[in-house]
Formats: sequence, structure tokens, C-alpha cells
Amino acid sequence: MSALLGNLSLNAIPFHNPIIMGAGAFMALVAMSILGAITYFKKWTYLFKEWIFTTDHKKIGIMYIILAFVMMLRGFTDALMMRAQQALAVGHSYGYLPPEHFSQVFTAHGVIMIFFMAMPFMFGLLNVAVPLQIGARDVAFPYLNSLSLWLTVAGAILVNISLVVGDFAGTGWLAYPPLSELAYSPTVGVDYYIWALQISGVGSLLSGINFMVTILKMRCPGMTMFKMPVFTWAALCAMILVVLAFPVLTATLAMLTLDRYLGMHFFTAAHGGNAMMYVNLIWAWGHPEVYILILPAFGVFSEVVATFSKKTLFGYVSMVWATIAITFLSFVVWLHHFFTMGSGADVNAFFGIATMIIAVPTGVKIFNWLFTMYRGKITYTVPMLWTMAFISTFAIGGMTGVLMAVPPVDFQLHNSLFLIAHFHNVIIGGVVFGYFAGLTYWFPKMVGFSLNEKWGKRAVAFWVSGFYIAFMPLYMLGLMGMTRRMYHYSAESGWHPYLVVAAVGAVLIAIGIGCQVVQFAVSFRDRLRNPNLNPANDAWGDGRTLEWSIPSPPPFYNFAITPQVDSLDAHWKQKEDLAQGKNSATPAYADIHMPRDTSVGFVIGMLACVFGFAMTWHIWWLVVASFLGIAVTLILRSLNFNTDYYVKAEEVARLEAACRAKAGQAYIV
Amino acid sequence: MSEHSLAHHDEHHVDMDVVDVFGFWIYILTDLILFASLFAGFAVLHGNTFGGPSIKQITSLPYVLVETLFLLASSVTYGFAMLASYGGKKNQVGAWLIITFFLGLSFVAMEINEFVHLVMEGHSWQVSGTLTSFFALVGTHGLHVSFGLLWMIVMIVQVFKFGLKKEVTRRLTYLGLFWHFLDIVWIFVFTIVYLMGAV
Repeated sequence: MSALLGNLSLNAIPFHNPIIMGAGAFMALVAMSILGAITYFKKWTYLFKEWIFTTDHKKIGIMYIILAFVMMLRGFTDALMMRAQQALAVGHSYGYLPPEHFSQVFTAHGVIMIFFMAMPFMFGLLNVAVPLQIGARDVAFPYLNSLSLWLTVAGAILVNISLVVGDFAGTGWLAYPPLSELAYSPTVGVDYYIWALQISGVGSLLSGINFMVTILKMRCPGMTMFKMPVFTWAALCAMILVVLAFPVLTATLAMLTLDRYLGMHFFTAAHGGNAMMYVNLIWAWGHPEVYILILPAFGVFSEVVATFSKKTLFGYVSMVWATIAITFLSFVVWLHHFFTMGSGADVNAFFGIATMIIAVPTGVKIFNWLFTMYRGKITYTVPMLWTMAFISTFAIGGMTGVLMAVPPVDFQLHNSLFLIAHFHNVIIGGVVFGYFAGLTYWFPKMVGFSLNEKWGKRAVAFWVSGFYIAFMPLYMLGLMGMTRRMYHYSAESGWHPYLVVAAVGAVLIAIGIGCQVVQFAVSFRDRLRNPNLNPANDAWGDGRTLEWSIPSPPPFYNFAITPQVDSLDAHWKQKEDLAQGKNSATPAYADIHMPRDTSVGFVIGMLACVFGFAMTWHIWWLVVASFLGIAVTLILRSLNFNTDYYVKAEEVARLEAACRAKAGQAYIV
Repeated sequence: MSEHSLAHHDEHHVDMDVVDVFGFWIYILTDLILFASLFAGFAVLHGNTFGGPSIKQITSLPYVLVETLFLLASSVTYGFAMLASYGGKKNQVGAWLIITFFLGLSFVAMEINEFVHLVMEGHSWQVSGTLTSFFALVGTHGLHVSFGLLWMIVMIVQVFKFGLKKEVTRRLTYLGLFWHFLDIVWIFVFTIVYLMGAV
């Protein structure tokens, strides 16, 4: 160990491993070409001024979603590698991955998909839609919002560095001890895991606080709690869960850190540690986490179903109460992740029943969506197709979940591929389809042009069929006794044909992702042509909520005049009033109070990334330096009292006129 | 900025202050949950001595009582600082903050002294689950107080440099919430770790 580089040396880079070096070289190539393109087109100033330092929630949302898509490509590559390994490694063949590499692949897959795909995607959609839905000009803490984004990016960078420098955890995505303790995972893998999650987790926690305050305190006049759009309700409940659950993750990871760095005995096998305490604590965060991801997806479906059925959402009040019920119940079911721990029949029965009860509010939601569609004038747009794929797929996933909520059944299925099939069924069928629906739905709002429908429909077709072909065999394999995370199995098991089918399914999903990439490219190419060009406020023509009452993309201040709301579906009401000839008076603009952009969020995020890297490699001087850097940046920020400004009323009037001119006839209200 | 539009937006500023302080309350809530997790860890591990000493054998209640009184007193003096800030008395605010700082510093110094003695006597956090949970819980609180002290230095400088302008007063409110919150957490640490550990 050297004072300058800590445990880091050239040996940390696995030159002998062609797969890792190939992936690293590919990543470097992509990064270089992006940097080259920015330099060639002279966009560096634009990039920093308009995007990286921005406090505009809409731009921050777009950056979150870009991060999510990039990380999805990496996480999905891991998935393809796993499917390929398990399709090959049967009998005398041992596949192409050594066991320790396979372990890292399945760990990285889980970590990336949950923390760096689903979470950023969720915060991206929240950033884009929530302030617009509640008639606000920004989130409550714009600078904190920028900081949250860059902390999340910092975590993602650490995970990607671990691919080439050192290794990643091979412990599974939740890093159970004692395996994740220093004695059994002596390399830097778990340390990368800890710091990537800890840093991005702080970002998520700050976002949680930010959006909770935004929704509770920044709604436009007249928007009482029960006049909030359903997506905003779902977001509020998810943020309450973030605020209550993420500190537990922070504490749990901190305990593991103390074990690994200071030789403490929280979770060690000896010296009076208790590994099961880790499992309890991590799931006390982990179970609410799955609802943090699914509730906003439920919110998206509610918006999409109502819009494309041209009807008010069926059972708004029951929908809201179902969301609240799920929020509460999500904190009393964590033990169902480890019935086999042996807590005894009474405890297992309590958690089993609590788990089954969650199916009730979820069922309420499913029926509400179905009844909204019933006798609606349904248009089969891409968001609607994702939604319909969700309703049927999620129902199956929900049923297998209730099955496993029965403790004796769970004793058979615990850690089997049945479980893997179940949670992919609800996460892909629920969260992923939901976020794709949301992205397609709000895309014209974000950028002023729509996503190509044809390629979108192809993506839906391949994703949905690929999902079923990839995961239905896993249910079967689970019932046949195949456990998760196996890098090799015997030929007599009879599992091989099923795993080959599953691999084919994964390839179909890959084609689906390919369709999405093409969809982005084609839509961007045709962005100035009809029918893609869509600068009008109400891109789908049937928008119901406030975000559809302002231009696409909205001006940086969102609402020239803060709207006044007196009912649900505020924009629908505006349109009805207009049709009846009830027109509002000519707009009287006032000065608008806006936050200034700041580099502080970006600087702290990057310093946090350096801090995590230095901690991982025990480079103590750099730990101190980066920590001091963060402290000094924060103090300097506190000396800056010039953090906001006013947009003059005349300027607002000029910008609004320009927006309307651009939208032409299409501008409604 | 004309007089007119300033007056127009005064209301907006007041609103933003309420929003900001509400946000800080939510942050306090999250920190409380962090401590709750550590308390849960202590509840599970406090009896796992693994042949080492129990908490009763290595702690001194009178010593911790003095420590506690320093921290409680610092909360009172911080309250005086806030009262002075309402009256716009800048120098008084600064003076009370300095007194608060030294009371807090005494608390941290006593805690560090306690920890150093324990480690020197061979009762480090590496001995057992009991001592792991003890050091982690008490130490996390101590770390929070130390962070609060650094923050207080920044605020003392800001009070004297910028006076009691709106932003400074708001930050004093934040720091006050944080400081009293740490006091309350300490009451639980004192009761559960030291008092209940001693019986």
C-alpha cells in the first residue's frame, strides 16, 4: 500500500480478461466519440451553461432519463451475458464466464437496474411532470435538485469505473453478510458497491425531501390535495417512502462500512455480530423501495388510461386511497423476503397475511383502470399499448407474488428461479413498461416533438413477447428446483431447454431495445416534420392535467401566469370552458421569481465521486482532500446571496407571444 | 428592481421561507430514522459481549451526566441566541453562539476522552458486538455534534460579517433545529445506552 495511490496499482486492471477489456475499450470509444463530437460542434459552453449547471427541473429530468437509458444498456448487457452463460454452461461445458466473473455480472445487473436505471428514470419522470402538473414554476429546492442528479451520476460513474479498475461486488445486489464482510470479500468490489450506493442514495434522499416539500407546499391556488393529478399523488406517496426508507439504507451501508473499514462486528459471523440484522435492515429499506419504483408507474398508467380513453379516471378517490394504503402496508411486509430465516410460525403468518392484503388495494387499481377503459373511446397509441401490456402482465406477476406470500410455499420457492421470474414479472411488466409509457406520453412535452409511433409499436411488440419468452420458462425452472445465480448445472437436471428458450426471449428484448434506439434516432431526424413536430400545448389532443396547458417544451418559467384550479383534470376543464365561450380575460403578466443556475451541484457531485473512489482504494490523502473540497464548496455557496432573479413582466409577455406564434393554430386556451 | 415589484413579491418570499424550513424539518425526520436504525442495531447487539465487558462495566454515569449537562446547557444558550436574533441584536447573537460553541465543544471533548480511555484500556469497537453498537451509536451522535460545531463557526462568522439578514436568520433557524434535535437524540442515548445499560 502506497501513500500516494493507496491499494491502487496497475494490477487492478484485468488486462488478461478479454471480455472486460473489450467492454472497457468499447466504453472508452463511445466516451471519446461523444467528447470529440462536443468539441467538433463547439458545444462545450452550451453543454455546461444550458445543461450541467442548470437548475431547471425539466432539463434535470431529461438528464436523469438519459442516464437511465445509458445504464439500462449496460445492465441489459449483463442480463444477456447471464442468459448466454446459463444457456451454455450445462454438463461438460462450463460456458464462457468464470464463476467469480459471473457473480460480478449478476450483482452489477441488479445494482444497475434498480439504482441506476429505475431510480433515475423515476426521478426523471417526476422532474419532468410533477411541477407542471401542480402549476409550479420549479421544485422547492432547485439547487438541491441539481445536486441530487449529480450525486446519482457520481454513483453511476463509480459502478462503471469498477468494470475496468479493480472489480465489482460478487455478492448479489443486496450484498448480504457475512459474504460481503472483509473476510470473504477482501477485494474492492464491495467497497465500490458501498460508495456507489451511499453517494447515489444521498442524492435520492435529497430528491425525496425536495419533491415531498414541492408537492405539499408549492401547488397552485385551488389545487387541494384531492384535486391533485393521480401521478402527483403517486409521486407524493413514493417520496414519503423515500424519506422514510432511504435513511435505513444509509445506516445499514454505514454499518457494513464500519465492519469493513474499522473492524467492527455488526454483521460478522464471530465476535457477537448478527448477519440476520443486516438482512432485516436492508429489506426494511428494500421492500418500500419496490413501491418507490412502482407507485409512480401506477401514476403514469392512471394518466395514460384516462387520456387515451377520453374519460375521467374511474374511481379517483379510491385510486388515491389505494395508493395511500400501499404506502402504509409497504412498511409491514419486509420479512416476506426471508421467511426461511426461521422467525417462527406466528411472525411468518403476520407478514404473509400483510403481504396478501397488499393485493387488495392493487386489485382496486387494476379494476379502476379497466373500468376507465370500459366504454371509453380508446386510441391505441404507444403509451396506451404499454399500459395494456402492463395490466395483463402485472396481474400474472401479482398472482405469483400472492402465491409466494404463503410461508410454506415460500420455503419451497425461496431463492429459486420462480422468485426471479416473479419479481421480473412485476418490475418489467410494471415499472419498466410504466416508465416507457410515461416517457412516450410526456416526450412531446419535454422536447416539442413526438416519438415515432411505428418504431414505438415495434418496441412494444418485441419487449412484451420477449418478456414472456424469457421469464415464463424461469417460473417452470423454479418449480423444477433450479436456484438463482447458478453459473453451471448438470445435464440430467433437464433445465437446459428452458434456459435456451429464456435466452431467445432475452434476444427478443434486445431487439425491442434496438427498436427504441431507432425510435429515438428517427424521431430526432423527423423532429421538424409532421406528425412529429408538436410544439402545441396539448400534444395528444386529449390532455387532462395542467402540463398540457402550456407550450411544448415549456418556457423555463413554466407558467406565465400561475393557474387557478377549481376541479380535477384542470386542463380538461379549461377546454370545456373555452368550448362554452367562457374565455378568461387578457393575460396580465407579472414579474417572475426564478432561481439562478449554479455549478455547485455538479462540483459537489464530482467531488463525491472522487471521495468514493478514494475510499474504495484507501487513498487517504485524496479522501481528506475531496471531503474538504465538498465542505469548502458548501461554505462558498453559503456566501453567495445572489441565487435568484426576476424575469420582467414585459419579457414574459414577449416570450409568451413567441411561444404562441410558434405553435400557431394548435395552441389551445 | 423597482419599489413596486419588490413590494409585490414580498409575500412570495415569506412563503419560500416557510417552504424552506418545512424542508429542513423533513431532513431532521430522515436523520431521526438514521438514528432509529442505529438504536435498533444497539437493541439487537448490546448483549453480545463475546466474553468482553458489558456497557455497565466500562462506563461511568457521573461522567456522562456532566457531559449531558454541557449539551443541555448548550441548547438553552442556543435558545438565547435565537431570542436575541428576533430582537435584531447582532452582537448578542454572536456572543451566545460562541458560548454555545464552547459548551458543545466541551461535550465532544469529554466524549473523545471517554472513547480514547476505552480504547487504551483494550475496550475498542473490535472487541464485541456490544462495543460495536455502543461506539457506532454514540459516535454517530458525536459526529453530528462535531458537524454542528463546524456549522456554528461558519454561522458565527456570517453573523458578524453579514449581520442578521434574512438568509442568515433562516440558517440560524436551521442550525437551531439541528442542535435541539441532537439534544433530544442524546436524551435517548443517555437513557437507553447509559442509564439502562447501567442497571
